[in-house]
Amino acid sequence: MTTFDPYAPSRDTTEGTVYSVTGGDWDSLVQEIGSTKEERVVVNMGPQHPSTHGVLRLVLELEGETVTEARAGIGYLHTGIEKNMEYRSWTQGTTFVTRMDYLAPLFNETAYCLAVEKLLGITQDVPERASVIRVMMMELNRISSHMVALGTGALELGAISPMFFAFREREIVLDIFEMISGLRMNMAYVRPGGVAQDLPAGAIAKIRDAVKLMRKNFKDNTTLLVGNSIWMKRTQGIGYLDLAGCTTLGITGPVLRSTGLPWDLRKMQPYCGYENYNFDVITADTCDVYGRFLIRMNELEQSLRIVEQALDKLEKLEGAPVMVADKKIAWPAQLAMGGDGLGNSLNHIREIMGTSMESLIHHFKLVTEGFHVPAGQVYVAIESPRGELGAHVASDGGTKPYRMHFREPSFNNLQATSAMSEGGMVADIIGAVASIDPVMGGVDR
Amino acid sequence: MGLEEKIPSGFVLTTVEKLAGYMRKNSLWPATFGLACCAIEMMAVGSAAKYDISRFGMEVFRASPRQADLMIVAGRVSNKMAPVLRQIYDQMAAPKWVIAMGACASSGGMFNNYAIVQGVDHVVPVDIYLPGCPPRPEMLLDAILKLHSKIYDEKLGSNRAEIIKEVELAAMNATPTIEMKGLLA
Amino acid sequence: MSEQGMFGAPGTGDTSGYGGLVRTAASTGSSERPYGGYFDEVADDLERAYPLFSEAIERVVVDRGELTLHVKREKLVEVSKILRDSLKFEMCMGVSGVNYPTDSGRELHALYPLLSLTNNRRIRLEVSVPDADAHIPSVVEVWAGNNWHERETFDMFGIIFDGHPGLTRILMPDDWQGHPQRKDYALGGIPVEYKGATTPPPDERRSYK
Repeated sequence: MTTFDPYAPSRDTTEGTVYSVTGGDWDSLVQEIGSTKEERVVVNMGPQHPSTHGVLRLVLELEGETVTEARAGIGYLHTGIEKNMEYRSWTQGTTFVTRMDYLAPLFNETAYCLAVEKLLGITQDVPERASVIRVMMMELNRISSHMVALGTGALELGAISPMFFAFREREIVLDIFEMISGLRMNMAYVRPGGVAQDLPAGAIAKIRDAVKLMRKNFKDNTTLLVGNSIWMKRTQGIGYLDLAGCTTLGITGPVLRSTGLPWDLRKMQPYCGYENYNFDVITADTCDVYGRFLIRMNELEQSLRIVEQALDKLEKLEGAPVMVADKKIAWPAQLAMGGDGLGNSLNHIREIMGTSMESLIHHFKLVTEGFHVPAGQVYVAIESPRGELGAHVASDGGTKPYRMHFREPSFNNLQATSAMSEGGMVADIIGAVASIDPVMGGVDR
Repeated sequence: MGLEEKIPSGFVLTTVEKLAGYMRKNSLWPATFGLACCAIEMMAVGSAAKYDISRFGMEVFRASPRQADLMIVAGRVSNKMAPVLRQIYDQMAAPKWVIAMGACASSGGMFNNYAIVQGVDHVVPVDIYLPGCPPRPEMLLDAILKLHSKIYDEKLGSNRAEIIKEVELAAMNATPTIEMKGLLA
Repeated sequence: MSEQGMFGAPGTGDTSGYGGLVRTAASTGSSERPYGGYFDEVADDLERAYPLFSEAIERVVVDRGELTLHVKREKLVEVSKILRDSLKFEMCMGVSGVNYPTDSGRELHALYPLLSLTNNRRIRLEVSVPDADAHIPSVVEVWAGNNWHERETFDMFGIIFDGHPGLTRILMPDDWQGHPQRKDYALGGIPVEYKGATTPPPDERRSYK
């Protein structure tokens, strides 16, 4: 058996010669490749790479600078979330689902909770205040997700300042999230039946100030990049995918809207009361990276409009419940912040421990066993920042999901990498992948 | 380690240790190993927006592990990713340190299943474990500062051999976790 | 489908005495016409465009506002082509597999949610195959986006899609044995020790069904 030396400069395999570059030996590598007259080289843009938006592996067959074949390898972040949820109660599912697409956790939670509510048959009973809070949090999350997409996309193409501006805006949104739900990311805030707790006092005023500040701050990125000739040269005509390609690959979101089709589930199949808000669906007709970039920039303004309308509605709905009224499903207590920083509702504890044995039993059963969901299966789709996020939930009548499968937009959108990059140059792949905006947590689940 | 073996022990060694420690901790360059949600918090720390890591000279996240000293494993490591993690760690040049950022990297976190390595210390030796899901940027900065003080106090030469012997002896005589009874005793 | 017992994790220390409880979960049969909404239109259009409708479609289920067509696997590609071309269901939202180990002869189901952009409609196709012969014809030639979805369903459930251009594992490492999301595959966790006590992994704990 021949010993395998991983640091040998080259070794012969059934696929051809494999060259290893260990540093300081570029000239010997060039000499070796040159002597074999090999025109095509297969390069592995491995799972650990600064520009691949997470652990994406791109195997590229290059002829000079031109990409002749591009294949994506995924699965490096597979966590088995879907199987894990089959051993947890329906409410605990929120905490798992939130960590799939970690840039848009509230969208994951809302899709899952809408599916569970559809199975329970309580979609009409979810209180209006809960729906409005969900809409507001989702739109704020859309802003923070687009900021990461813009920032990291610009960073990968060489523009460094937009990343700082984008993350500054993101911090504003994360402060709002922390004020309302207690956590910056992966909040597990949306629960089946409503939301976990109501907005704290003074939240609406703070969010209004933040909206004003963000509107002013968005101009920084706009003046830097829109119309910037270097940016336009790097992004116009790159990553072309027209409508036929999008529909056959099942691609939704900004990539589909960049072909000119105004397909947005918030308008076409509204959920959570989206039909009551005024906003525009942004499209572009250039089918390229620049079009998708413009769509994301303009969707920020539309999200701010929705947030303002949601705030107006919330002011009118002051004091309304945020959890469904059915006590057999609703989470038993609204947790308030205790003196030690942990969530506790002392009134509720006083009641269940001190006064009523039945409410203690009820609370215990609801929290440990959870509620039963009638048998059946549903598929609910919402519009996440990346496209259509679908939750397929099947129940067998028990307290745990029987099968939970998420149709993540990034999973479909990544299949377009080959179509977008083959024939182009290596540097354009990075722009194309950045415009798809994949989040590997959602792709691999 | 050639130079450090030839350093004489005693007062000169202590000064050299302090100097080397000071130099190493003040320009620690992290390697990008952001995997999942913790990577976003790491990016929030890395960008100059609010939690600025460049005040410690660490804003240069090197893409190539050969130029990096610190690997912050941020996120859940799946079974498919574990060999890649080990390869990146091997490609880093000594001296190198590892921070396991987040619950998933420290112990597998909430994902106790077939797909996730239950703690990245199964694959690489870890210096600092940072809990949280995800840890706040301030927590990551605190972990980095603790790592800085650990690096500053790192011994060289004959002192290093002594310390290694001491630590091994303590580890041999320590109570294994299953024997610790805590409140159950 | 029937379920035994009140608690999960059989064979472990369950002393409650609920082990003798047997519950039957009713499975939904076929729905009666009229289906409601646009489902009647879809069913009529499909019958018109595909004369062999009654041979290919085993069951039509309308539940919770969603239409599911149970299709025989041999006719899947034909039905898909007609749905895409004549009924304008241009997009397929992927393949979702479900494993019903108690439903002998139809243990593995594959679900295809379809979306029509022109008509703004959603329906679902469901194909059931037995464990012993888990083959489904691939619809990659109809909707190219199902390429990775079928690979994932193969990886997680072991359903082999005939005619797929490259059916390999996609989420698990290439040499992994077993199909993780089947019900007979253990969750694979490890017990967690802390100060003398051990917490078992989630699938071995005492839990409610």
